[in-house]
Amino acid sequence: MKDKIAIQVDDLTVAYNYKPVLWDIDLRVPEGVLMAIVGPNGAGKSTLIKAILAIIKPIAGSIAIYGKPYEEQRKMVAYVPQKGSVDWDFPTTALDVVMMGTYGSLGWIKRPGQKEKKAALEALEKVGMLSFKNRQISQLSGGQQQRVFLARALVQEASIYFMDEPFQGVDATTEIAIINILKELRKAGKTVVVVHHDLQTVPEYFDWVTFLNVKKIATGPVKEIFNDDNLTKTYGINYKVAINQ
Amino acid sequence: MSLSEYFELLISDYTLRTITLGTAVLGAICGMLGSFAVLRKQSLLGDAISHAALPGIALAFLITGAKDTNILLLGALVSGLIGTFWIRGMITKTHLKTDTALGLILSLFFGFGMLLLTFIQKQPNANQAGLDKYLFGQAATLVEKDVNLMVIVTGICLVVLLLFWKEFKILLFDADYTKTLGFNTKFIDVLITFFIVLAIVLGLQTVGVVLMSAMLLAPAAAARQWTNKLSMMVFLAAIFGAFSGVFGTAISASQNNLSTGPVIVLVAGAFVLLSFIFSPGRGLLFRELRFRKNRRDLELQKTLQFMYGISKTHSDISHPHAIKILNDFQGFTRRSLQKLEEKDWITLTGQQWSLTQKGFNKAKNLYNQQEDD
Repeated sequence: MKDKIAIQVDDLTVAYNYKPVLWDIDLRVPEGVLMAIVGPNGAGKSTLIKAILAIIKPIAGSIAIYGKPYEEQRKMVAYVPQKGSVDWDFPTTALDVVMMGTYGSLGWIKRPGQKEKKAALEALEKVGMLSFKNRQISQLSGGQQQRVFLARALVQEASIYFMDEPFQGVDATTEIAIINILKELRKAGKTVVVVHHDLQTVPEYFDWVTFLNVKKIATGPVKEIFNDDNLTKTYGINYKVAINQ
Repeated sequence: MSLSEYFELLISDYTLRTITLGTAVLGAICGMLGSFAVLRKQSLLGDAISHAALPGIALAFLITGAKDTNILLLGALVSGLIGTFWIRGMITKTHLKTDTALGLILSLFFGFGMLLLTFIQKQPNANQAGLDKYLFGQAATLVEKDVNLMVIVTGICLVVLLLFWKEFKILLFDADYTKTLGFNTKFIDVLITFFIVLAIVLGLQTVGVVLMSAMLLAPAAAARQWTNKLSMMVFLAAIFGAFSGVFGTAISASQNNLSTGPVIVLVAGAFVLLSFIFSPGRGLLFRELRFRKNRRDLELQKTLQFMYGISKTHSDISHPHAIKILNDFQGFTRRSLQKLEEKDWITLTGQQWSLTQKGFNKAKNLYNQQEDD
């Protein structure tokens, strides 16, 4: 099952001004894995996702989604940005934000109708937010906002999901709710890529991992490569030893 | 002329009607587009663009030698767009922050425009008088042709707004995400910005370079207070803008011809002030009232919680207790006890109180937030 390559990145290099943020990244993500991208602050984790999604223009390199350029495969890909990247005081409701997930398949000018609304309501229910559908988004807690973002991506009915720190600043209940949804996605054969910060939970949540620190350190099954050696190479310190001091 | 005379004149007097219609339409289009500028946190962009338009007006006059409004405004449009383009370029190509780029373009273009104006004034051309009207605007110079142009542009703007509503909304909320959905965000962005520049340029004749940004921002800021829905905000901003135009013109015409632009802006400012205070959701007044009510409720709940703590040690929860024992706890008054009784949480008999079943249940679930919503 893990033979098919969902995401293929070749020789990807990204730089802001003069400083390289990502250096010559090669990456193959098999279909149906739940993958964490880990690495220190400034390692380029978010940038990697944004470069794959063509939000940032790389200096060099190529991206393929199921063997074709990303531009042709957009409909197969959904994105959950960092919660802090938008203004939550924007005048709109939770349902309205989730509806935005249907805009891509609608295309230009066409308005969402009953079908789109139904899909959005179903997604809200999946993340346990149905009763908040008419809530102004500024009146949602951080965890609820994150769930709304997740619901918006679910509506896209994609094959590949990219999530930028979905667990950042959410409480335990939301974290469990989110990870359960991600595991369900994997069960349905979807590929999920998550920028993740909490190393403790990597073995529990994910089955695939990529270590990143400007360069790619390692990528593969958590069971095989999530070890002290790679952690030390990525973070520059042996974090287990450092914690126990 | 009093205000009521003005409104009578409005029906009969053609010039007055033209000017009023013009300021109303201008207020409406500025309100609509201003909403987008405010939500994109580009409030100051309007200020920079309007100032950047000044050299365009002066150059258009120098080149053509005529004071045709349309040509002058075309000049303003071109120079406003150049200013906008440079601001964007500065932000993306250099390390300068947005506010610095805006400030630079605003003052440089305005300075250059003023230089050209003084140069023009020294020229023998008799035609030059009145160009400085564009600094603070003069509604009285509006003629039917100008108003027609405003109506047409506003109409086009409305159509574009309705067509691309979904695209505008999602871009305003989350630009990166919009890109991943396959929309050409640059196109949407340019479209919004172009119409903002257009609205500003249209307003220069009436409100002037210096005050134009207030026309854009004030109605939008006021509207934001009343609603949590984007479509409603845009609609309200248009209404507030239109009324600012009408009332501003009315006041200025009825009071010895006070300069119209500043009066319109002040009326719009009054809308903002009233909205900040009186809007139900976000207004200061209701927020303060809610705050006080919450504090009173909390005090009641604290007393109730204290009573609950005493009562639950008894097998009979309605076992009466002396009011005196509440003295350990300072948060009660005769009035708060009565309030508790009104809510049917306790019963008072003489100097004794006892918890009701309802009060007991209320206190028990008081801090169980999971049940909410």
